[in-house]
Amino acid sequence: MRLHFEKRKTLSVRALFIVPLASLAVSLVLTGLILLLSKADPFATYAAMFKGAFGSWRAFTETLVKAVPLMLTGLGVSVAFKLKFWNIGAEGQLTVAGVATAWVALFWSPWLPPALLLPVALLVGALAGAAWAGIPAFLKTSLKVDETLVTLMLNYVAILFSEFLYYGPWRDPKGYGFPGTAPFPEAAWLPRIAGRAHAGLYAGLAAALVLWVVLYRTKWGFELSIIGNSQRAARYQGISVRKNIFLAVLLSGALCGLAGSFEVTGISHRLQQGLSIGYGYTAIIVAWMAQLNPLAVPFVSLLLAGLLVGGDQVQMVMGLPAAMGLVLQGMILFPMLAGSLFTEYRVRLSRAEGPTAVALAAAVPAAAQAPAPEAAAQAPASEPSQSEGGTN
Amino acid sequence: MKDKEGGPAPRAARSPRAACSPGEGGEGRLVEMRGIRKSFPGVQASDGIDLRLERGEVLALLGENGAGKSTLMNILVGLYRPDSGEILVRGARAEIESPRDASALGIGMVHQNFMLVDSMTVAENVVLGLRGLPFVPDMKAAKKEILRLSECYNLKVDPDAFIWQLSVGEQQRVEILKLLYRDAEILVLDEPTAVLTPQEAEELSAVVHRMRSEGKSSIFITHKMEEVMSFSDRVMVLRKGKVVAEKATKDTDPKELARLMVGREVLFRVEKGPFSPGATVLELKGVSALDDRGLPALREVDLRIRAGEILGVAGVAGNGQRELAEVITCLRSAKAGSVSINCVDTTGMSPLEVIQSGVAHIPQDRNQVGAVGDMSVASNLAMKGYRQKPLSAAGLIRPSRFRQLAVRLIDLFKISTPSPETRIKFLSGGNIQKSILAREIGACGSLLVAVYPSRGLDIGATEAVRKELVAERDKGKAVLLVSEDIDELISVADTIAVLFEGRVMGLFPSAEADAERIGALMAGMKA
Repeated sequence: MRLHFEKRKTLSVRALFIVPLASLAVSLVLTGLILLLSKADPFATYAAMFKGAFGSWRAFTETLVKAVPLMLTGLGVSVAFKLKFWNIGAEGQLTVAGVATAWVALFWSPWLPPALLLPVALLVGALAGAAWAGIPAFLKTSLKVDETLVTLMLNYVAILFSEFLYYGPWRDPKGYGFPGTAPFPEAAWLPRIAGRAHAGLYAGLAAALVLWVVLYRTKWGFELSIIGNSQRAARYQGISVRKNIFLAVLLSGALCGLAGSFEVTGISHRLQQGLSIGYGYTAIIVAWMAQLNPLAVPFVSLLLAGLLVGGDQVQMVMGLPAAMGLVLQGMILFPMLAGSLFTEYRVRLSRAEGPTAVALAAAVPAAAQAPAPEAAAQAPASEPSQSEGGTN
Repeated sequence: MKDKEGGPAPRAARSPRAACSPGEGGEGRLVEMRGIRKSFPGVQASDGIDLRLERGEVLALLGENGAGKSTLMNILVGLYRPDSGEILVRGARAEIESPRDASALGIGMVHQNFMLVDSMTVAENVVLGLRGLPFVPDMKAAKKEILRLSECYNLKVDPDAFIWQLSVGEQQRVEILKLLYRDAEILVLDEPTAVLTPQEAEELSAVVHRMRSEGKSSIFITHKMEEVMSFSDRVMVLRKGKVVAEKATKDTDPKELARLMVGREVLFRVEKGPFSPGATVLELKGVSALDDRGLPALREVDLRIRAGEILGVAGVAGNGQRELAEVITCLRSAKAGSVSINCVDTTGMSPLEVIQSGVAHIPQDRNQVGAVGDMSVASNLAMKGYRQKPLSAAGLIRPSRFRQLAVRLIDLFKISTPSPETRIKFLSGGNIQKSILAREIGACGSLLVAVYPSRGLDIGATEAVRKELVAERDKGKAVLLVSEDIDELISVADTIAVLFEGRVMGLFPSAEADAERIGALMAGMKA
């Protein structure tokens, strides 16, 4: 039995759906093995996780609470990734926006009408996120500085800066030494829908819809996809590459920033320790799992939020470390990356003799567990010059 | 040079076959492919093909783009599996399921797009992927063997050079060395000269002949008749997945081959209306420009093109042609001088402003610049018109109109594609070029700049491209045609300018031009 890889001529819609689901299944199996090693019953653990995340109304609202920032950062990261701008600074953009929103909420209320306090705080937050993303965007487009490093490093700058504020000048004098600012005035509180789930959910869903329209149905979105595919082609078509990358990254930063603004106005009502629990990094998984499609982002966010919340439950119910949820998250990414093989290539299985080959498309889940190293080794070789091959 | 015994140790699992020594097996059939069939969705790429290759023979596989040449060879080297049919190597039935199997049988292929790692050295690339290599390969021995091989086949290349430092021709030599290092006896070359300068092509021809005298056989894929004549012993002509003719090269001639390949008589001359130029459309005065490395590429160029005129720019590649086209389309700024289009000074305009003033451009690099491979044919066809109605309105694009446009252009320009939604990179080179042409002609107001529009295309597609250029001229547009093909320039252009080191060496009506004179000017000799 041998595996064969042939490059697909057209994208298989079925593979686009099956691959993420199959990847999830594979990661469940792999994590199950880890659970077995830690002497826990995988089925009971998964059941507890599921119950913890979706089993009750209260649990579900908590999952929504975590889904909102994942949704917004996931969308933000997707925009940048579409342009092959590797923004891994969602965490920093989120944090800076949280700081900026706190600034407005804490210090602008004396002279800003109460009705305007919340909208202005959110707006300033989004602008701060955009500005923070603007730094690497500017460096990239004007000086060709690599954005991966800059966005990552700026995360630490943002987080340490926020710590400086709530440990230092902004610390609540009545907070018994707790690291955090004073609570915001109520005018700066985001309305809640149910439990702790807040109106940021509507914003996240609306953003997904709007972003899809922007990317797939506007002239600007069309230009962005040309740039994302080939900058030289874009320039040749009269499209300003630098300006558009800059603008798109600002949009990316604004979306990530909004996530932070919603966290402080909707959940904590102050700037305090633990503003983000790594949403900005999980956003990268969200973006890839959603295959950069904004409409898929809300669903993926809900799933990953469920893993986070469920992971906490596992700690309480099963006595396992909460990190098990994170392990599962990480375990999803690997089969996802391996799974992209199946969207790009047609995989066939053949017996040792006879040229007849059995198409394997229907059995993707099974094949997804095939030894990955061999697949990786063969994939580059099966990319012949496709100048002909018969579409003519 | 006969150190067949002193071969180096770190060879692959197979015993070293004598390289660079008189052929061992003498006569004999190396490869036989019988009744090979292979289909892709919507296309029968190989339709019962029989192929045989004798020891010490050079076989040319001739056919248009999409005739099924590459598919057949990809089957031989194990990249594709045939739907049916069998392959015999040295008389024994062979199951070739991967390039590794092929390599074990002594079959190797040099692809059109080289498979080399840029950041590694020549020697490392040659050794890369060998089976049974120790954890730390003995690079010293490998280098010695590479030097020996390169010397005896006259494939000059420095084993310590990094791939990125090499010219395209040298990279190709590395690819061939890679195969020789693996003791390949059967070399498949996919359009080997498409990327080479004429001198390099000649050197390659010498290498192929040298290998033949060693008893090695080669199959090379091509659509150029001259190449068949100068390289091969035997030629097999493919059309639509079938063998239409098989001849000894000495018994045929380019004209017959062209007819067999296309399936009808081919016009080497292009029909065009009388030359009646109108007002000046493009005027360059004293234009100088730098290339990407900051070196002078254009020096004080004066040119003009009138309405209804095709100005052909001749020259060896790299003498400023690309820069000339880029300066006119404002993708590159001029260092001195001025460009005006329809009496408007366009120097310093943005690329978009030039596009909007009615200048269309068929760029040199069709895969990376002219077309966006991962986007659909329809999107690619819409890339000029998407800014205006009817393709977009109020900032929104209209996919249904994209599709309508695509269906119309696909029909009009006979672009063969499974559907408008197919990603354009899966089309053949000719069809990608036709798509670009279709889009650019639609956007052409008064000036069309075409850079090597027929390079790499088969006869049928070349003919179609030339016809379209002439049709634009007959409609009263100005056309700038950059080409390396002197015959193309003489038959298509009205006026010919020769560029050498960024200077216009000569400018004359094509009626007065002859190939020899142009050739001399291209080489920098003053006429």
